[in-house]
Amino acid sequence: MEKSIPASGIISKTLRFEMFDELRERLHVPMLLLPAMVVIIVLFMGGLIMGLMQSFGYLPMIGKTDFNLNGYINILTDESFLQSLAVTSWIGFASTITATILAIVTALVLRQSMRGKRITTFIYQLNVPVPHIVGAIGIIFLFSQSGLLSRCTTQFGLTQAPADFPPMIYDKYSIGIIMEYVWKTMAFTGVILLAVLQGLGEDYEDVARTLGANGWQRLRYVIIPLLMPGILRSSILVFAFAFGAFEIPFLLGQRYPRALPVLSYEYYHDVDLGFRQEAMATSMIIAGLITILILIYMKLTETYVRSD
Amino acid sequence: MLPEFETEIEEPSAVAIESEEERRSRTGRIFSYAVMILIIVVILAPIIPIFIWAFSGRWFYPDLLPEEFSLRAIKYIFSPASKAAEAVLKGGSIALIATLLSLIVGIPAGRAIGLHDFRGKKLVLFLILAPVIVPGLSVLMGIHVAFIRFGLAGTVGGVTLAHLIATTPYVVMVMSSVFSNYDPEFEEQARTLGANVRKTFVHVTFPVIFPGVLVAGMFAFIISWGQYIVTLLISGGKVITVPLLLVNFASGADKPVTAALALLFLAPSIVIILITSKYLTGESAALGGFGA
Repeated sequence: MEKSIPASGIISKTLRFEMFDELRERLHVPMLLLPAMVVIIVLFMGGLIMGLMQSFGYLPMIGKTDFNLNGYINILTDESFLQSLAVTSWIGFASTITATILAIVTALVLRQSMRGKRITTFIYQLNVPVPHIVGAIGIIFLFSQSGLLSRCTTQFGLTQAPADFPPMIYDKYSIGIIMEYVWKTMAFTGVILLAVLQGLGEDYEDVARTLGANGWQRLRYVIIPLLMPGILRSSILVFAFAFGAFEIPFLLGQRYPRALPVLSYEYYHDVDLGFRQEAMATSMIIAGLITILILIYMKLTETYVRSD
Repeated sequence: MLPEFETEIEEPSAVAIESEEERRSRTGRIFSYAVMILIIVVILAPIIPIFIWAFSGRWFYPDLLPEEFSLRAIKYIFSPASKAAEAVLKGGSIALIATLLSLIVGIPAGRAIGLHDFRGKKLVLFLILAPVIVPGLSVLMGIHVAFIRFGLAGTVGGVTLAHLIATTPYVVMVMSSVFSNYDPEFEEQARTLGANVRKTFVHVTFPVIFPGVLVAGMFAFIISWGQYIVTLLISGGKVITVPLLLVNFASGADKPVTAALALLFLAPSIVIILITSKYLTGESAALGGFGA
């Protein structure tokens, strides 16, 4: 490149300057991205890769450096792991489906112009910045067997003592956990859908109405398809969170079988360091299942994305 | 006068034509009000008992309200014995530093994504969004060994670094949407008028993106402030923040103190709700990602 520039004179100076400019132009975007990419590649990708290596048995701090599949084989043949997987999937699907349906219904209601809409929308979004742990404590205060609801049923004579109230915390069906996720994520999804609905306006529906579509048809064939990208995007986030978060099943979940994130943390903190490999395998299975889900989601959005 | 007169005439006739539609919409409206009342009850239901418990003295089953109110729990969390002040200070400074760092790395990235089209943009977006979706526990369990080796485990610095994984994606997301509505022409004009890079940023770019930076900063702060398992794992219990203290109490029996700590933990969220309440009623999904 140096050759193409004339050796002397004012022309070479401007040329050099232009080349420098072009280089700066070309490096502009990479330089802007670099700091954030360093954070994500070193800390996030680094963490995942190190976790993957440890899950295959590379654990130099306890003197193991051979690669094997023992961690995965051990957990996948372990009854309690499979039960944890089932419970976690149940929590993920039940929370996501319930929250999404409620979000659609509430967003459609809040879209209409009616009295009390402003204050309801305000309250609707109030819990979005509330931490999950606070939600979990609220659920305990409400739904535990000596909680506020149980006090109400006893006041009304439906129950006589705390033990009569159906267990909804630390229970078999993970009701408390699911309620917390639904409570917290209904508004999260709803806010996204509400924004989409407000962006759409009434035009599409007016056209459908003119063409003779009734209310159900307008919902089924006009509104829902238009909301689909938003629904998919938010429900993926909700599922990934409900499937992978530690705090809520830790606070509201039953002792056995535990949710997968709690299980992997307990393996990790076992006094027997030999369980490290199982801990990593469990956490890699969580991350892997979530990644597969994202890939499915990306495929789905390709078909659903509006072409406008 | 005239417009009023017109509407008076038009309205009855419209009703007469759409009477079938009207009747149907009346049941629709009743349904809508029912849903609105349910929304208010459901959203507030878990929060209200926390406020009551925080100020309650003796409260026996099955009373619906405490026999007496008391400030014991509030006084306790303000006393040195509870370590709450220390946790607020530690957690608050970690969150502040994490916020600042993620703004520094996130604003340029947001600009690149919002303003420019480039090869590999999809991959960059995927990488930046991935930490939002992949659980922090999986990532941190893997990197913990390296943190121990570099002496970062059990330190404020290590915890802050771990929080960066969670805060950076949100800052980039908010800032990229800010920059996608941003017109770089103004910078060009400032430069033509003789402003240098720094002056252009201070006087042109920053004032325009400031509201977005504020939202991104609040996101980052509240996400860092709320991290539980990541903090516990990296600190090994040596760096106590408010959520660690809170979860510790939540598994105990002292409900008033648990509730008071929950309110303390909630405080930044309440501040943010007050600041943003203007926007909360309306058309923006900017707050949609909080706490996810």
